[in-house]
Order: sequence, then C-alpha cells, then structure tokens
Amino acid sequence: MSISRRLLLGAGAASAVVPWVKPARAAGGVVRIGVLNDQSGPYRDVSGVNSVVCVKQAVQDFGAASKGLAVEVLAADHQNKPDVGAGIARQWFDRDGVDMIIDVPTSSVGLAVASVCREKNRAYINVGAGTAELTGKQCAPTTIHWAYDTWMLAHSTGGALVKAGGDTWYFLTADYVFGHDLERQTSGFVNDAGGKVLGHSTYPFPSTSDFSSFLLQAQATGAKVLGLANAGADTVNSIKQAHEFGLTGKMRIAALLMFITDVHALGLDTAQGLVLTESFYWDMNEKTRAFAARIKDKTPNNMPNMVQAGCYAGTIHYLKAVADMGVAAAKADGAASVARMKAMPTEDDAFGTCHIREDGRVLVPAYLFEVKKPSESKGAWDYYKLMVTTPGDQAFRPLKDGNCSLIHA
Amino acid sequence: MFSIFGVPGPLLFGQLLLGLINGGFYAMLSLGLAVIFGMLNIINFAHGAVFMMGAFVAWMLLNYLGVNYWFALILSPLIVAAFGVVLEKTIISRLYALDHLYGLLLTFGLALVIEGLFRNEYGSSGMPYQIPALLSGAVNLGFMFLPIYRGWVIVAAVVVCFATWLLIEKTKLGSLLRAATENPALVQAFGVNVPRLVTLTFAGGVALAAFAGVLAAPIYSVNPNMGSNFINTVFAVVVIGGMGSIFGAIVSGFGLGVIEGLTKVFYPQASDTVIFVVMVLVLLTRPAGLFGKAA
Amino acid sequence: MRGANRSHLIAFFVLIALVVVSPGVLYPVFVMKVLCFALFAAAFNLLIGYVGLLSFGHAAFFGLGAYVTAWTAKNWGLTPEIAILLGGITGAALGSVFGWLAIRRQGLYFAMITLALAQMVYFFCVEAPFTGGEDGIQQVPRGKLFGTISLVNDMTIYWLVAGIFIAGFLLLNRVVHSPFGQVMKAIRENEPRATSLGYRTDSYKLIAFILSTFIAGIAGGTKSLVFGIATLTDVHWSMSGEVVLMTLLGGLGTIFGPVMGALVVTTMENYLAPFGAWVTVTQGLIFIACVLAFRRGIIGEIGAKLKLAL
Repeated sequence: MSISRRLLLGAGAASAVVPWVKPARAAGGVVRIGVLNDQSGPYRDVSGVNSVVCVKQAVQDFGAASKGLAVEVLAADHQNKPDVGAGIARQWFDRDGVDMIIDVPTSSVGLAVASVCREKNRAYINVGAGTAELTGKQCAPTTIHWAYDTWMLAHSTGGALVKAGGDTWYFLTADYVFGHDLERQTSGFVNDAGGKVLGHSTYPFPSTSDFSSFLLQAQATGAKVLGLANAGADTVNSIKQAHEFGLTGKMRIAALLMFITDVHALGLDTAQGLVLTESFYWDMNEKTRAFAARIKDKTPNNMPNMVQAGCYAGTIHYLKAVADMGVAAAKADGAASVARMKAMPTEDDAFGTCHIREDGRVLVPAYLFEVKKPSESKGAWDYYKLMVTTPGDQAFRPLKDGNCSLIHA
Repeated sequence: MFSIFGVPGPLLFGQLLLGLINGGFYAMLSLGLAVIFGMLNIINFAHGAVFMMGAFVAWMLLNYLGVNYWFALILSPLIVAAFGVVLEKTIISRLYALDHLYGLLLTFGLALVIEGLFRNEYGSSGMPYQIPALLSGAVNLGFMFLPIYRGWVIVAAVVVCFATWLLIEKTKLGSLLRAATENPALVQAFGVNVPRLVTLTFAGGVALAAFAGVLAAPIYSVNPNMGSNFINTVFAVVVIGGMGSIFGAIVSGFGLGVIEGLTKVFYPQASDTVIFVVMVLVLLTRPAGLFGKAA
Repeated sequence: MRGANRSHLIAFFVLIALVVVSPGVLYPVFVMKVLCFALFAAAFNLLIGYVGLLSFGHAAFFGLGAYVTAWTAKNWGLTPEIAILLGGITGAALGSVFGWLAIRRQGLYFAMITLALAQMVYFFCVEAPFTGGEDGIQQVPRGKLFGTISLVNDMTIYWLVAGIFIAGFLLLNRVVHSPFGQVMKAIRENEPRATSLGYRTDSYKLIAFILSTFIAGIAGGTKSLVFGIATLTDVHWSMSGEVVLMTLLGGLGTIFGPVMGALVVTTMENYLAPFGAWVTVTQGLIFIACVLAFRRGIIGEIGAKLKLAL
C-alpha cells in the first residue's frame, strides 16, 4: 500500500518535470512558468507540490488553451538554499526559456532569485517568502510580492493583540534574518501601541527541536503574550511544547507566521485559541470554497493556504497580462509584463479583486484569525474564526517607508 | 530569591532539569551507538534515522492499527530491531573487514535513503502524537511546572541505561559480548556463534534508538528530520565519552544535556555549538575521550 | 612507470580538450560549477587519497574562502584575481590552525575534530554580521580581471575558471608525484615506518593540510564570483559530506577521480532537482553502492580494468 503511494508521489513529481505541453498551435511561442520552491525540506507542506497544483489549476481555469495560449509549467526544489535557487533560476532563463518564476519561499532564496530575475529581465511573482525587503530596499521592476510579508504579519497580529490587552510580550526567535525581521517589526508595533517587550530568546535555526528551556524563560518574565518569530515545523513544535508546559493557560500565543497546514498538523486540541494572520482562508465565501474544492481533489491531504492560493492568483493575473500584451512582447520583456500586471486590477476566486502597488506589493486584505475550539469545528479543515479584517490599503507598509528605489524614480 | 549571574535560582533549577531530560535522550542514543561501535567497530551514522523510524513506527501503529503508546513502546523497538537484523545481515555485515571510514560512509548513505523515503511519503511538517492519558498533565515543583511526561522520560532513560549497563557488565551474555569484542576468533573457538552475537548487538543498539524515538514522539512532532537534528550531537557525546565505552556514553550524555541546557540560558544561539567546543577540548587533552581506553 | 606517465598525459589532454569544448555544448554556468567542485574535491582528495586523513570539515575552508572573496570583491571592490587569492589565503590560514590541532589525532578522531572545528566556523558564519546570516552575501560583482577585462559575460569568466581549475589541478598533480608526495603516500601506508625512516610525519601532514585548504579556499572563492553569491550552504557540514561523496564516487587516491565524481554528483543534483527528496535518496543509494560494489570509485575501477594508475 505504502509502496504504491510512494510510486504515485514519484509519478506526481515526475509529471512536474515532463513539460506540461498544450499543443503548440499558439502564435508567439510557449509561455513557460517555473514554480521554484521547497519540495523536500521544512516548507514543503507550506508550498511544495501543492503550489504546483495551484499553478496548473490556474492555467486551466484561465482557459489558456481556448484563448490560444500555450503554457508549460516547470517545477524545481530549491532546498531552501539561496545559491541553489539562484542557480536554477539562471539555468531556467538561460537554457530552458522560462518567462516567469513563481512562489520561492524562504526569504534568503526569495531575494537571491529576485536579483537574478532583475538581471535577466524576467517576471517574478514571489508568494512564499516573508521578507518585506522584496518591495523595500531590494525592490525591482520585475518583482511582484503576493500573499503576505513580515510587516503585514507583525502589524496585523502584533497590533491587534496589544489592543486586546496583550501589552507585555516575550519573543521566541529563530536565529536567522526572517526571525529577526519578524521580531523587530512586531516589537515596533507593540511599543507603538503602548505595549512592552520583556525579553526574547534567539535559538539556533534550523537545528532546534526542544523549546522547553526558552518557554520556561518566557514564563519567568510574566509576559502576557508569547510571540513566535519562527515558521514551519519550529512553530508547530514550540506550540506543542508550550501546551505541554501549561503556558497556554497563562500566556496568549501569537504565531507570527502560521498557515492552515500547520494548524492541521497540530490538531485543534493543541492549536485552539491561537491567533494568527493569513490573507486567504478556504471558507470565506462561495468563490474561495469552490476554488478550494477544485484543488483539494488533486491533493487529498492538503487544503490550500495563503501561499498556495497566491500561486494560483499570481498565475491567473500573469496570464491575463500576457494575453493582453501578446505572448511575444511578454516573453521579450519581464519588466513590461510586470508593469502591465500593475496596471490592471487582479481578479480571482481566491483573493477577489485587489490592486498591485507601484513597488510590486499586492494589496490583499489581512485577516486576523483565531483557531476554533474542537467543539466549535464542524468538520475537517473548519479551523478559523475571523477576528479582524485589515483592508489591503492599510495592511502593508506605507509606500514612503519602504525606501523602494522605484518610487523616487 | 537568589540568583546566579543574574539568572534567578528557580529558573536555573528548571533549566538543569530540562537539560537532564535532553541528556536522557542523548544517553539512550549514544548508548546504542557505543554498543554497536564496541562490537561491530562501525560508526552508525544511520542511528538518527533509526531513532526517527522508532517514532514513525509508533505513529503508524497508532494510526493504522490503533495500537496505543504503551504497546508501541515495546512493539516499535522490536519492529525496528527486526529491520536492523535485516540490515545487518544484508548490508552491514559486508563492512567488517573494511576500514572504519567505509562504515561511516555507508551508514551515512543509509541515513539519507531512509530519511528521504519518509520525507517523500509523509512530508516534513510533522505528525501529531498525543501524550498518553496516564502521563498527561503536570506537577508544580515550586521552581517549575514539570509536565509528567517529561518526568517519565527521565525515569525511563535512567532505567534503560542502567539495565543496559547491567546486561553488559553483569550477565553471562554480557561477558560473552565483551569477550567477543576483545577476541572474536577465540570466542568462536569456544563454540559461541559470534556472527549471531554481532547481529543481536546491532539489533539491540538499534532497538535502543527506536525506544528513544517512541519516547520522543509525543514531545517533538514526528517528522523525518527529527533524527538528523540529533545525530551530530550524539556523535559528539559518544566521542567525548570515549568510543565504545558504555559508562562514558551514559555519563557524557546526561552531562552534555546539562551543559547545553545552561548554554540555552546564557547564550542560546550557541546552544548546539557548545557541544563541539567541549568535544575539541576533550579530544585535545584526552585523546580517547573521557572514559575510553587509549588505543 | 613510463606507461603510467603516458596514460596520465593522454588523460590529461583529454581533460583539457573537454574543458575547452564543453561550454560550447553544455550550459557554461553549469560547467563552471562542476569545475569549482572538481577543484574542491581534488584538494580534499590530496588529504584522504594520499595522506589517508579523512577531513569531515572541509566545507569550512571552501565556505570561508567564498565569503572572503565575495566580501572583498563587493565591499572593497577588489579585482577578481586578488579576491580569489585572498579566499585561498583565508582557507590556508584557517587550515594551518585546524591542521595544527587536528593532526595530533588519527583516523576517526581526526575526522571528529575537523567536524567539530568546522561546526564552530559554521556558527561563526551564522552569527558574524559580515556574512549576512541566512541571506548570505548576495549580488557579488564579477568585476574586471586585472582591472581591465570585464567578466560579466559567462564565457569570459569561463576561461578564468578553467584557467584556475587547470592550474590548481596541475599543482596538486605535481605535488603528488614529487618526492614530497612519495613521503605522503608512505605516511598513508605506514606512519610508524615513515617516522622510523626519519621523516617528521607531522610536518608533512600539516603542509599537505594547508595546501589542501588553500586550494579549497580558492575553489570556494571562484564559485562565489561565478554565482555572485556566498551563503551558509558552502560552510554547512552537508557540504563536507558532499565533497566526500564526490571523491569516493570518483575514486579515492586517483588523480582524475575527484573530477569525475564532481561531474557526476553535480549533474545528478542538477537533473534531479525537480524530484525533491528523491535527490537525497539517490545520493544515499550511490553512497551505499560505492561502498559495497565499487570502493575504488569510477576512475579507480576503470584504472584497475586498464591496469593504469589514473
């Protein structure tokens, strides 16, 4: 049984490479989309194969074939290493004729690929990485940043909790750039709102699996909120252990970056009461439910989270721009296709209608969710209660604070 | 309330206790590693993968067959040990005539294969495994809030370590083992089936790791990388204790757990590097480790 | 011995011909990656193949070399040749300290000390501000060779990389076949005997170690310029494992083995990238197959078939 499933998975992965060719009747050549993400490491479930499925679904939903567009989807694993990611991107552009790269979780890889795309003038839609630098100091005319960033998470989760009375904080921070960013930005909002940061523990990443020591230190300070400035398996483990050490009764846990896939891994028993921010939830409205249902058939163990939904929305919008300006023009100039994307509003089942700002930031609304109690959940994947909605134009860092060079130009 | 280097005493006690708990894992893992090295002369780099398998087997037993934690605690090590027997018979046994280096490389390869397969099948965000009802909850020790399960881990680790030590030092089987380590040819001449003894030892070492894996399952989420996070540290523990020394593995396992725990208070970023600092210092002053016999 | 020399010469010319022709056929950036790793593996092989020392921490020299080259090229605007040389010197400086500490121990303990020291270097690189932590040093300019020839074009930098590779390769080859190399091999075969013949084996080991780490630093520095990035990947212990894999697969103690090993491993990583975790599984299977079926490695086995020392 397990062998056949393994084979299936292998076959699934293989089909990702075998060019997903529509008969190339189209004029102007084939549009090639490269999904570059983590397919084997800690962010595999957050992005991974599910992102690829979402991109393919987008190609189908867009009706590329009927509109005369030939689209190919390629996928590769960047192993969360910037050099590997940049290498694949380079090769995709130089040799395989890829026109747009999408997803790219892990901030360091996201930034490295952004500079390759800029150098080679190809479109880049980052969805998976958190760093707000992508639309800040390191912004580029070829970059679009979709579903979230550290500023938005810090703003939504940090700000809302202080207002709700959580005015003293302790941070548990993964010792790398993303963790530090998240901690620094959230501390900023906590302080601005009149709260206070009582301390922090910075732990080695990614080799730490026992957080109990840091949890005790957090507890000793008497802070009301435990801010988790980490992601993926680390977040899951720290929440589990906080539960074990009885912190959940005394402190409110704010998972600064957490996805529905992580909540699923934890189980509602442990995750209940957590507060987190996502920009997509499958059970928001008719359209999101329909979208999720289409995806879920293809990946039985995973509901799409905001990253995967972002891959879907980004692909649809890109194809729209390509159809609008013509394949040949889009293939020739990545910056021009990104400019065209910025010029029109986005419209898709996952996020509805949004705008893309000049610096490449997609202004999706940020939703602050609380995880339901097991008794409140009506079935599988019924996990979130909506607490606060921050509209897209307020959810992200104001344009003037980003120091993006595109703005002064 | 008193304090040491600005850290309040009660917090420090808590950290020491937590260090001991982690030390328990190190001790159990390095014990298996030391037993295998002593008998087979192989540095089993796949030990972390086996630890992970122990946790995964427990998870599968629960989710596919409904077998609870307590049975898994016994069944999982047995199943993994059976896997170990197959491994030893088919692959590991071909290494005995070769240099140490090849054992290291081969088991390194094994670890990659095992972890990769699990990752393909189960992803890496980890599977939840609940703490058994009997051991859930916590007690207030005054200076800290100790989950009962963690207390149980220390007890189980100490018992297992002591039992293994007893088995090897005080029983007939143990004396055969030790004799076969010293001079396999002579022991064979006395009519003892040395190859079987070797297989048993490997299976035993692997079972210890799997047992630790089951113990770890409710604490850490069950995920394919859980072993590789540990393995470098555990190697260092074995080297510091003295390769092949049972007693050394136990003592340095607990000791380093405590040292690591204290580092987490004073300089948390370095908490997984400190062990390597200790290792270099020990190797430079005592070449065979703290309790090893000089070669 | 004459026969061996001739076969070497032929193999060497074949290698040069391949280095010259391949960028026309293959993707040049990929070939440069192979050459950097080939040089790294050849440097590593000098220790394990000819002195019998397994260093499990060679990533430290490779990675620190990459950082220093990248940092000096980016922040001081040094020309590529000087930046790369500084990378090599950094590798050698670190190597002389580590070597001095590690060669006091043999076998496994040597491997463990090098691993532990490399872990400390990794920690340093995570914490030190100049390395950029997880992001690494990005957007490193390739600069102008000798201040005049721009290396922005892939083919221009290709010839620089090819030149560095061939020079490093020749140097290592020369060392192995010199009287110094003969003593190294004597130490590998029987160290007490070499000592009793009056050789200061420790000095030989230390010099070999420093030379190996110098070239590892050069290889790391070159790679950082080619890709414009230096990251933690290069100092992580899995990089140390990878170079062992390359050397083992190609053939320990053969001149051409590490090059072949680097080619196979890099190609595999490149073409298996879309398969996610299957890369790890395949690498593991290769390790196992190498140890069980062909311990001499690809080149070693070919050499044994042809009765030639390659």
